[in-house]
Amino acid sequence: MNALRNVAALVEKEWRHYFGSPIAYVALTIWTLLFGAFYVLVFNRFLLVSMRSAQQMEFGGAPKLSLNEWVISGVLHNMAVVALFITPMLTMRLFAEEKRQGTLELLATAPITGLQIILGKFLGALSLFALMIAAGLLNFLLLWRYATVPPEWKPVATGALALLLVGACFIAVGLFVSTLTRNQIVAGAATFGLLLGLWILGWMDDPSAGPITRVFAYLGLLTHLEELMKGVLDLKDVVFYLSFVVFGLFLAHQSVESQRWRA
Amino acid sequence: MIEVENLTKRYGRHTAVDGISFRVNKGEILGFLGPNGAGKTTTMRILTCYLPATEGTARVAGFDVFEQPLEVKRRVGYIPETPPLYPDMDVETFLDFCAKIKGVPAGERKARIDEAAGKTRVGDVRKTLIGRLSKGYRQRVGLAQAILANPDVLIMDEPTAGLDPKQIIETRELIKGLGGDHTIILSTHILPEVSMTCGRVVIINRGKVVAEDTPDNLMHRLKGAATLRVEVRGDAGAAESALRGVPGVLAVRPPGPAGGGAFEVEAAAGADVRAEVARAVVAKGLDLVGLTQAGMSLEEIFLHLTTTEPVHGDVPPPAEEVTA
Repeated sequence: MNALRNVAALVEKEWRHYFGSPIAYVALTIWTLLFGAFYVLVFNRFLLVSMRSAQQMEFGGAPKLSLNEWVISGVLHNMAVVALFITPMLTMRLFAEEKRQGTLELLATAPITGLQIILGKFLGALSLFALMIAAGLLNFLLLWRYATVPPEWKPVATGALALLLVGACFIAVGLFVSTLTRNQIVAGAATFGLLLGLWILGWMDDPSAGPITRVFAYLGLLTHLEELMKGVLDLKDVVFYLSFVVFGLFLAHQSVESQRWRA
Repeated sequence: MIEVENLTKRYGRHTAVDGISFRVNKGEILGFLGPNGAGKTTTMRILTCYLPATEGTARVAGFDVFEQPLEVKRRVGYIPETPPLYPDMDVETFLDFCAKIKGVPAGERKARIDEAAGKTRVGDVRKTLIGRLSKGYRQRVGLAQAILANPDVLIMDEPTAGLDPKQIIETRELIKGLGGDHTIILSTHILPEVSMTCGRVVIINRGKVVAEDTPDNLMHRLKGAATLRVEVRGDAGAAESALRGVPGVLAVRPPGPAGGGAFEVEAAAGADVRAEVARAVVAKGLDLVGLTQAGMSLEEIFLHLTTTEPVHGDVPPPAEEVTA
């Protein structure tokens, strides 16, 4: 009960920092603008292609295109890459700023545990990211309103979940990196570099590659999105993301504790 | 209330705190004195469970800082050297957050915040962003944060640093008022602060306790040979011989540039020769215009204890004799 209250107090505090500074507004603006832009671009392309296929239909041609597959999954995929750029902005100050300001001393001498501090900060950033996803999803409501064959909701839900999970991984990485320095810019840049590396790992995904390459490719954060985006809720992928998050938070916790011992 | 035994903290090869021991009784205000880098902050950080000690134990209210940190943290209010504040929060929001993480029940929160803000006189800036506050207000918000949960123990690391004289006096009054209800450790290198607020003093230097006593006793014990400053108008030679003639006088130094126009008369420890000195001077037909007992001020004691070389050639006892 106490633990829950402490974590909630920390989440609230992080939100105050986000919305008391330009960070939340900048992140939300960039995110929703890009979400909208990708949505328009992908949707126009979808119209073009489906018009062409409709013409081919006269010759008994291609099957009907799916909004889910073409529009929603496409946009969400792009937004996963955008998240890679934006989440470092949300995580860079989490610990670095507390260390610089000396407020880590306030948290560390309050009757709360290190784990509660980590969780509060993680959930604070993740909930803001969830708000960003929710704001972006509003775009898709138009499809339900105007499409003759509305999209299925399930792939949208698993797609949004996939985005949330991959964002959680990004945030866990960023949280860990932020514990390593007292400089926000360094934390942000290092997080971004690390995330980019983890993304590129996925490019090695090739069934014909050797086992070691396959292991590295497996760690590629974006490779596990495919099935979820299609609407297939595979436990394997969810477990992958969750264990990645737990590992990131574990590293962050160890980092904070070990600095206490070495300080 | 606080028991520190043989506490040692090493940073790599550097030993910041070297086997210090002391106790603080309930309701007592203990002055923790030492030059910069003596290990004051490190000791306080260990007591507040911020840093683990390398060796030794510390117990607060019966709880070991290493074994039961949460129990200790619940009972300790701490003000680090620079008050830990969020500049982007207003005072009330900040105190509300602190109350939450300190486990103040929701029903009492508002009353506790009101009380802490009232005691530290930050009521008039409750809605102001902390980043816009002056140094004095920030210090007081830091203090408000520390007393918020009504802790048994208050640990303050130089709480008056950076305040103006009026604020310093107010803060000292506040700290004095908090003694009794709270057990307080107060670190400082401002000595009058200690003699004004603290019941007992622990002086540390290079990580070691060099003296522990009440401020009065410290001054008393260190006095050793009492020194009188005697101002005489008239023939200096006659005055000097008159002073030397007084029984109990060990040495007389004629007024030099350092003496400020007064004779320095050293008498045997414990002997009060003021009346005899006055009579001897007047008997010679000279005018006695000033007679003061120059006790060692806390400053001198402090310098004496924390400097390896004697500051004045005439301060006799080495530090070891004092702590004995």
